[in-house]
Formats: sequence, structure tokens, C-alpha cells
Amino acid sequence: MLTLLFDGIAYGMLLFVLAVGLAVTMGLMNFINLAHGAFAMAGGYVTVLLMNRLGVPFLATLPLAFVFTALVGALLERTLYRPMYSRPHLDQVLFSLGLVFMAVTAVDYFIGSQQQMISVPSYLQGRFDLAAVGIGKYRLFIIVICGLLTLALQMVLSRTRFGSRLRAAVDDPRVAQGLGINVNQVFLMTFAVGSGLAGLGGALGAEVLGLDPTFPLKFMVYFLIVVSVGGTTTITGPLLAALMLGIADVMGKYYAPKLGAFIVYTLMIVILTLRPQGLFGHKGAK
Amino acid sequence: MSAVQTSLRANAAWRWWELALGVVALLSLFFAGSHALLLNEIAILALFALSLDLILGFAGIVSLGHAAFFGFGAYVAALFAKHVMPDPLVGLVVAMVASALLGALSSVLVLRGSDLTRLMVTLGVAAVLYELANKLDWLTGGADGLQGVAMGPLLGRFEFDLYGRTAYAYSLVVLVLGVFIARRVVHSPFGYSLKALRDNRLRATSIGMSVNARLAAVYTLAAALAGVAGALLAQTSGFASLDGLDFHRSADVMLVLVIGGTGYLYGGIFGAIAFKLLHDVISAWTPQYWTFWLGLFLLVLMLVGRDRLIRPWTWMKKR
Amino acid sequence: MSSIVLETHSLLKRYGGITPTNDVSLKVETGARHALIGPNGAGKTTLVNLLTGVVEPTSGRISLDGQDITQLAPHHRVRRGIVRTFQINQLFNELTPLQSLALTVSAQLGISRQWWKPLGSDPRVAVACESLLKQFRLDDVMDQKVKLLAYGKRRLLEIATAIASKPRVLLLDEPVAGVPEGERQEIFDTINALPPEVSILLIEHDMDLVFNFARTVSVLVNGAVFAEGDVASISTDPRVKAVYLGEGQHG
Repeated sequence: MLTLLFDGIAYGMLLFVLAVGLAVTMGLMNFINLAHGAFAMAGGYVTVLLMNRLGVPFLATLPLAFVFTALVGALLERTLYRPMYSRPHLDQVLFSLGLVFMAVTAVDYFIGSQQQMISVPSYLQGRFDLAAVGIGKYRLFIIVICGLLTLALQMVLSRTRFGSRLRAAVDDPRVAQGLGINVNQVFLMTFAVGSGLAGLGGALGAEVLGLDPTFPLKFMVYFLIVVSVGGTTTITGPLLAALMLGIADVMGKYYAPKLGAFIVYTLMIVILTLRPQGLFGHKGAK
Repeated sequence: MSAVQTSLRANAAWRWWELALGVVALLSLFFAGSHALLLNEIAILALFALSLDLILGFAGIVSLGHAAFFGFGAYVAALFAKHVMPDPLVGLVVAMVASALLGALSSVLVLRGSDLTRLMVTLGVAAVLYELANKLDWLTGGADGLQGVAMGPLLGRFEFDLYGRTAYAYSLVVLVLGVFIARRVVHSPFGYSLKALRDNRLRATSIGMSVNARLAAVYTLAAALAGVAGALLAQTSGFASLDGLDFHRSADVMLVLVIGGTGYLYGGIFGAIAFKLLHDVISAWTPQYWTFWLGLFLLVLMLVGRDRLIRPWTWMKKR
Repeated sequence: MSSIVLETHSLLKRYGGITPTNDVSLKVETGARHALIGPNGAGKTTLVNLLTGVVEPTSGRISLDGQDITQLAPHHRVRRGIVRTFQINQLFNELTPLQSLALTVSAQLGISRQWWKPLGSDPRVAVACESLLKQFRLDDVMDQKVKLLAYGKRRLLEIATAIASKPRVLLLDEPVAGVPEGERQEIFDTINALPPEVSILLIEHDMDLVFNFARTVSVLVNGAVFAEGDVASISTDPRVKAVYLGEGQHG
């Protein structure tokens, strides 16, 4: 049971890294981006292709996945996303849906629809026991990396100038602009980093979550759950929501495999009905 | 009659193109020929899109899970025909009532929260239903779907033929009825109060209107119509499956409505025709990757702006 | 001695560190012509929001005809006759003035839930709309979409909508805000022509209009009632003049 908890935490941390970019984008630009999963997929495929076709070592592919996806994110933000910021949410939803459809079919066309297999380096394979808890080495690796990333995010937000600009822009973009903060730049950087993190998450998750062209659609709901339940005003909100989701999903699939994702969806509906602003958001937040 | 009265009457009067549309529909019955099956699909899709227009275009509720009611209606109709009675009209009414109930129950969930919350909740409801249908395979046939639904003759006389002529006539009549009912609702004080809610909720409450009851009512109506559309599909194809509850269906119907235009009631019909034609043309050319072109179309459509699509001279102008 | 129709009892609203409404006990008499004045940020609009139920008080009570309505939802208060206008126009942009007024009248008549008959099929609706459109000189634009109307017309529609709800207590939040000088008096004439049983609470900056219209004046400063009395005494009160120093005599 503790092993399950451990696995759930790993899954949750991974979901957090994948979804945090979406949460911040939502809170900052008030933009519902259903294509976020496509960035994660991109990062996963970068890792897979680099490893399988070019023989790049696993650890080296991770930063490359981040950078590549961040660049793609920055490019798309400047060209395609920016005109859509002031549009009604319906338009944004349809726009990002269009992007996802394109991404999914493009990957299918160029790379094929089969599941991508990667083999993690041997020092990350296997498991060991630590006081009745079965620790999978790879999952431990995920927890460590994601934990470090979370700390780094928290520090950037609270200690750096960019962080305070970001927080000001989330709070009130017009006032922030009036204060001389280049809101466009903040948006660009944030979107790029958020997408990069998603890509990194996709790379990390290729082994545990599987990777094929349907990845963005399969996991889109989970990302959105993290954001809507966790709220878009804090970092800890989505973190806790992601952990809860990860643990609930792992436990659910083990103890009640017949019910599957049913539990997760029902939980989400209940939570959002009782607290429409999310568990950790506050009223008036987007 | 005073100017005011004339104007109010004119609001609800039948426009010439509505009547023209009706004539075209009537004629299509006779000239359907080998296209009856396709026309049947279009009619069903149009009804489904019309039901979404009621909540999206008129009440402003963004739902990504409207297929929940469509698929539910399909299953109810199929199960009813299989286990209770093969009469199509009775089955249709049963499916409608069942979907309305489901709509009323789930309307509670969409009343509060932001657009994102509502999006998630509607997605969630559809996903839950999908999982339920998947797991309850002894009832629904699971991933294989509910097969071998044999329908009795319509009105006791018209057998469902292989060419789909009866099916199309059936669906068309139901569609016309649906349009008629929706039309009356939309032109009524209730209909205007929905538009008011959509335009300015604060103002709407300030003239004494209650929000929740109205939203719940229109959601229930939309669910009933969507369920009817689903039932039509099950009855005319003899088959109900998980596909009716799938996310793709919710996304497709939203696209249909967006192509045709929201908020004026006939967007669903025009959109369904355009969508099916688009689908057939593109699928013939690239069967596997139709989704790609669909995505591209969506992208361009959204960038250009929904309302400007039909006015090409505005494309290059800045917003 | 006329009776009190609307009253607040130690009404308080606090947001974090700000207290826009600070222990306000206000009495509005039946048939009042009651002005609420005060410097910007004094909490006048918050008070109206509290009275209409758009905002919940932190503490205190509100009563209508002696009955406690503090927990009553906004749309129910409207049905009891507490109607307001907004300082920034809140209109139905996609409807026409005729449709907006027809809907409002239908709501007031209690027939806005009808889903089968067309809007305006009830003859009472057409009659009420005709007189409203004429009274507010909106008949020439009655079929244009509200979002296309000029500002002055939109302001008139804002007030017409409130009147269409047959208010017993009318809360006017800066009704002539943004309206050119020459047209203000006309709007005020319309307000002045309202039946004497309607109790009016008016938020206004234009002192000429206030002193021409009001019989009672309450001065709100920093969320609390600073001074209260009939028009004559308030207009000569030196403390009130001091509070307005720098505000100027114009609206």
C-alpha cells in the first residue's frame, strides 16, 4: 500500500510538472489552452527520437527536450497564440483543439502511430526496498527531478525580479503594464517555460505514461483537472491537486480496476460542484 | 396596430428564407434517392447541433460534453427497442424523457463557476458516462456496442428500408418539429431572458430574473433534444456504441455549430450540411488524416474570427 | 410623519483592510426624494450594492417595510420593488431597446417564464413599452441593437429599464453621469415626474441637480454617514462645504 502511495506521488509530481505551465498560462493570460498536451508529447518524442535514432544518452535528452519545446512554445506564442488572448473562451478552446488535432495527426503521419519504447539507462532501472516500501528507481528519479523543479519554480516566483513581474501581471495585467512591466515579454517567457516544462514532463513520462500520438488527448483531461481543481492563483494549489490526482488514480486502478478512471472523474465533478473555484483557488479568479 | 406592436410581432414572424428552407427540405424527401443515408446523418447531426445552440448560443454555456446526452439517448432507445418494444416512436419519447431527466440532474453542476469549471464538469460528466457504458458491458455491449437492434415499422406501416428513405423522412420530420419547438422557445419571453442572461447577467438579475432556474430549464431542454438525436441515430442504424459518448462527438458538434453560426437557431442545420460535405470531400482525398485538415480549418477559422468567416473582405482588416 | 419604507441597521461591509460601508443606519421614507452625496470613494455605490443584494454585508441588517430582507436574493428584492440603475450602463447589448423593455415589463408582470408565446403577445407589454419608449424618447431607435446606440440614448434606456420594473424604491446611481450639460435637466425632469409614492434614493455629484431635486440629503464620507438632514440645512452646513473642498461645484 505504501508502495502504491509512493507510485502515486511519483505520478502526481510528474502530472504537476506537466500541468504547471497550463495553470500559469490560464491564470496569467486567461487562456484555455487544450493544446498543452501537445507540447508534452513533443518533448517525449524528442527524447525518444534522440535516444533511439541518434543514440543520445537519456539524461542528455532531458534538457534538450525542455529547450526544444520551449522554443516551439515561444514561436507559437508570438505568432498564433497572441492574437487569441482577448477572444472569448469558446474561440480559444476551438483554436487549441485545432492545434491538437493537427499535432496529433502530424506525428502520426511522420512517425507512426505505434507506442514509442525507450529504455531508461540501467542505473535507473529496477527497484529496491526501503522499510516495506517498494521504491522504483525510475520513479524515485522522477520525484527528485520534479521536486527540484518545483523548488526552482517557487524560488523564481518569490525571489527573482521576473517572478515578481509575473505575479504582478497575473494579478492585474493592465496595472502591471502601467507600472512599466513589459507584459508581452512576461507572457512570452512564461508560455515558453511552461511549454518547456511540459516537454520535459513528457520526456520524463515516456517510460511510465506511454507515448503515442494520442497522448495529448488522453492526458488533456488530467491536466485540466489539475488546473481546475488546483486553481490558477498559486503554485501549491496545482501541486496538491496533482498529487491528489496521482495518488487517487494509482490507488483507484489497483483497488478497483473495474471502475478505472470513473473515480477520478466523479471526484473532480464533486469537488468542482462544491467549490467551483477549485480547491485552492479563490472566488473571482479565472 | 401601433409601431411597437408591429415590431414585436415581426420578431417572431416567419422569415422568407425559413419558409424556403422548409420547401427545400420537403423537396429533398422526394429527390433523396441514393443519398438518403447521408441526408439522414445530416438531419441527425443538425438536430444535435441545434440542441447545443440552445445552451451555447443562447445561454452562453460552453460545454465540451454534450455528447453525453446524445450517446445516452442512443443507448436508451436501443435498449428499449431490444428489450421492451421495437416501436420507434415510443422509443423516441422514452429516450427524450430519459435524456431530459439526465439533463435536469446534471444541470445542477453547470450553474456555478467559471467557464473553465463548466468545461471540466461537462467533460467530466461525459467521461463518467463513457466509463460507465464501457464497464457495464453486460448491458451496453461495452466496446463492441449494442448490436442487432431491430426496429419495428414506423407508425405501424413504414418499414425501415435499406436505402434509408424511411429513416430520412423520420429524422427530417423530427428535426422540423425540433426546430419548431426551439423557435417558439427562442422567441418567447423565456427565450429572451436567456439571451439577456447571456448578454449581461448582472442586469438580468436586476430586472428580477432568477438565473439558476432558467439555465437549468434550457439545459434540460437541450439534453432532451440531444437525446432525441441520439435515439434517431440508434434507431436508424440499428446500433448504439461508445462512439456516441466519445469526446470526438462533442468536439465535432461544437465545430458544426461554429461553422454554421451560433445564436440564430439555423446554424446547426447549415453547419451540419457544410460539415458533412467537408468531411466527405476531405476524407475521400485523405481518409486517415482528415483530422489534420479539420484542425487546420479550426485554427484558421478562429484566427480569422467566427463572425468574419462569411465576410471575406474583413479578413485583412485589423480587429 | 411619513413611514419608513427602506432602512439599514448598522450596516457594515469590510474587505480585508478596507471598510467601504461603516456602520450605516439610513432611513428612506415613503415618497422620499433623498440624495446621497459624498466625495469619491465614500462608499455610495457599495451601499447601493448592499441594498440591492449584489454584495453581502459583513454585519448589520436591511429592512423593507419593516421586514428583514438581508438574506433575500437580488432578483427577489427587485420583485419586491427595490430597483436600481447603474453608474456604468448595464444593458443587453445584443437586444434592441424595444426587446429589452418588453422583457423587463414581462419580468415585472411575472410572465417572463412563458416559453410558448412570443415576446410581447400580452397586450399589456406593448402598451407599457409604447409609453416608456415615448417618455424616454427612444421610439426612433427602438429597433436598433443597443450596442449601436449613442451614449445618451443608452443612458436613457438604462433609466427606462429601471422604471419599467415599476419600482417602489428607486436607487439611482449617478443617472446623468457622462450626459452632456444640456440634456441633464431633461433626464431629471423625467425623474421628477415619477409618481410621489415612489421613494427615490439618488447618488449624485452635480450639486445643482441635487439641491433642485432632493428634500432630504445624507452625506457619506469614508463609508459612514457624516451629516444628514433636509436640503436647506445641508446646503449651508460649513462642515459639508469643507468636505467638498476641492470637489468643486460641478458634477
